[in-house]
Amino acid sequence: MEKKTLFDKIWDAHVVRSVPDGPDVFFIDKHFIHEVTSPVAFLNLEKRGIGVLYPERTIATPDHNVPTVDQDKTIKDKLSRMQVEKLRENCKKYGIELHDLGSAHHGIVHVIGPELGVTQPGMTIVCGDSHTSTHGAFGAIAFGIGTSEVEMVLATQCIMQTKAKKMRITVDGELGRGVTSKDIILYIISKISAAGATGYFVEYAGSAIQKLSMEARMTICNMSIEMGARGGLIAPDETTFNYLKGKQYTPKGADWEKALTYWKTLKTDEGAVFDKEYHFDGNDIEPMITYGTNPGMGIKVKDSIPTTEGMEGSNKASFMKSLDYMGFAPGEPIKGKKVDYVFVGSCTNGRIEDIRAVAGFVKGRQKASNITAWIVPGSREVEKMAHEEGLVKILEAAGFELRQPGCSACLAMNDDKIPAGKYAVSTSNRNFEGRQGPGARTLLASPLTVAAVAVTGEITDPRDVF
Amino acid sequence: MPYDKFNLLKSTVVPLSSENVDTDQIIPARFLKATEREGFGDNLFRDWRYDSEGQPKKDFVLNDPTYSGKILLAGKNFGSGSSREHAVWALYDYGFRCVVSSFFADIFKNNCLNIGVLPVTISPEFAETLFQAVEADPNTQVTVDLDKQTITLLSTGQSEQFDINIYKKENMKNGFDDIDYLLNIKVEIEEFASKR
Repeated sequence: MEKKTLFDKIWDAHVVRSVPDGPDVFFIDKHFIHEVTSPVAFLNLEKRGIGVLYPERTIATPDHNVPTVDQDKTIKDKLSRMQVEKLRENCKKYGIELHDLGSAHHGIVHVIGPELGVTQPGMTIVCGDSHTSTHGAFGAIAFGIGTSEVEMVLATQCIMQTKAKKMRITVDGELGRGVTSKDIILYIISKISAAGATGYFVEYAGSAIQKLSMEARMTICNMSIEMGARGGLIAPDETTFNYLKGKQYTPKGADWEKALTYWKTLKTDEGAVFDKEYHFDGNDIEPMITYGTNPGMGIKVKDSIPTTEGMEGSNKASFMKSLDYMGFAPGEPIKGKKVDYVFVGSCTNGRIEDIRAVAGFVKGRQKASNITAWIVPGSREVEKMAHEEGLVKILEAAGFELRQPGCSACLAMNDDKIPAGKYAVSTSNRNFEGRQGPGARTLLASPLTVAAVAVTGEITDPRDVF
Repeated sequence: MPYDKFNLLKSTVVPLSSENVDTDQIIPARFLKATEREGFGDNLFRDWRYDSEGQPKKDFVLNDPTYSGKILLAGKNFGSGSSREHAVWALYDYGFRCVVSSFFADIFKNNCLNIGVLPVTISPEFAETLFQAVEADPNTQVTVDLDKQTITLLSTGQSEQFDINIYKKENMKNGFDDIDYLLNIKVEIEEFASKR
């Protein structure tokens, strides 16, 4: 029998037909939409005079541009308000489930999908957002699409896709003290570069991955796109099933047993072949931080920024442009650099575990006086739990400002912007120029490292202050 | 939506040699608040093109009058990051019909093909040749022939083949998009869906 990877199994089960010398017509089980990448798709449906084929397969929430204060009031920014209103209008018109601002399950689309149990093993999931790869943590094929494809999914529940090549990244061994799944993924990207997995779909495997919680797995799959991969996935196991059991949209009773039987088949066959494989040892991974303007420019917090030795031409020029933007010099240590802002949130690290980690660290301590500390829960559910568990009290006592759910300062479409020239250590996913506001300088790190930075006011290895 | 047919493009070239240009640079997130597709060209490369006062930055290539054309020659790993199709809308709206690079990010490349901007992947060596030729003479003309799948530097005749699958090639030549195809096989899709 043909040996298949997990990716093959799910992909092959969703091909409606293959176009000769062309892409596959690929069926989508679940489609998430938000206010920024969907309006033009709906507009085009209208222009064509067609409707939404399976509205029950699409779920909507406004997250990208929403304010993180006063969500019960009218949105002040006119353009943001128009986008959110357009989303409401479109959902109403086509009968699409909307988790609106202020409702019990409002939040970042990649946080609420898993929380509601919409995300399940074996599914194909897309959204007009590259961090859709997050859902791969459940053993689903999940990836970001453009607005033309959002339109295709609304109209036909399919997109035209060429099957990606297959990569497996195995991480074995034990993670040391102060090392989180964010450090694993920043480490991997620093090793294979921001374009190292372009053209591939990645399966993460190995004992260090299997030991992770669902939240931690989501952080890893979330950042697959930051090494160029279309998506990443992890075979579902007991951790996955325990997380999903009893969630609002997961099957119940006999249907649950039936689903479980199928989900247990979702793993790569022994002997299946990948186009590329990487192996990393968890023991080598330490707290990581980025120093440049793409997520591949990462180092251990204890290390120095690389020198330009061995670099030439456009490679060296791009490296220097990046360091100039950041205000850093080649070869200097990153530890001890002054920081202005910390941001805890986003679809990468805005889940309850992340907030617990930060609160656990700052309990009884104070943020440094030079730091502005924002904490933005990924969803209302996360926010509620943070209150119930007493985390909000701890964080506020430490000087953190708790905001309402949304994408917030991860991409700074709303007012949560880092001022030009300021340094932010952030749990988000992208350190691109201007990502957190025009001229803002972003360093990506784990929630633990961010917590340590908040307390000391400078780049700090969390293990030094535990 | 339907776009201009692409067959043969002969044009001067705008060179942008920076590597790893992400879609946040092509169109920053704060300019994604529109509910229609037009007008993004004004903010193409916004923060590289204008300073915080809105004044053009003289050293950026789009502000250099010696360079113009419908072809953008880009450094490697162009279009990484966010899946925002707005990045391609901005390029199209500005007037680019073709982006040439030795390496494209996946989603960006897909988005290009879906709205009629031709992504042409060439070897790093040929990319270097083109950059040198264009920087030496901004009037350098390049021809992109979709039918023959070739890109040619007219001054020297140096040429290279590029890949595109037949399905996408026919779409680009006719200005079709994938929805036209998908709507035609709706019955087959519905039958597939009913079994899921």
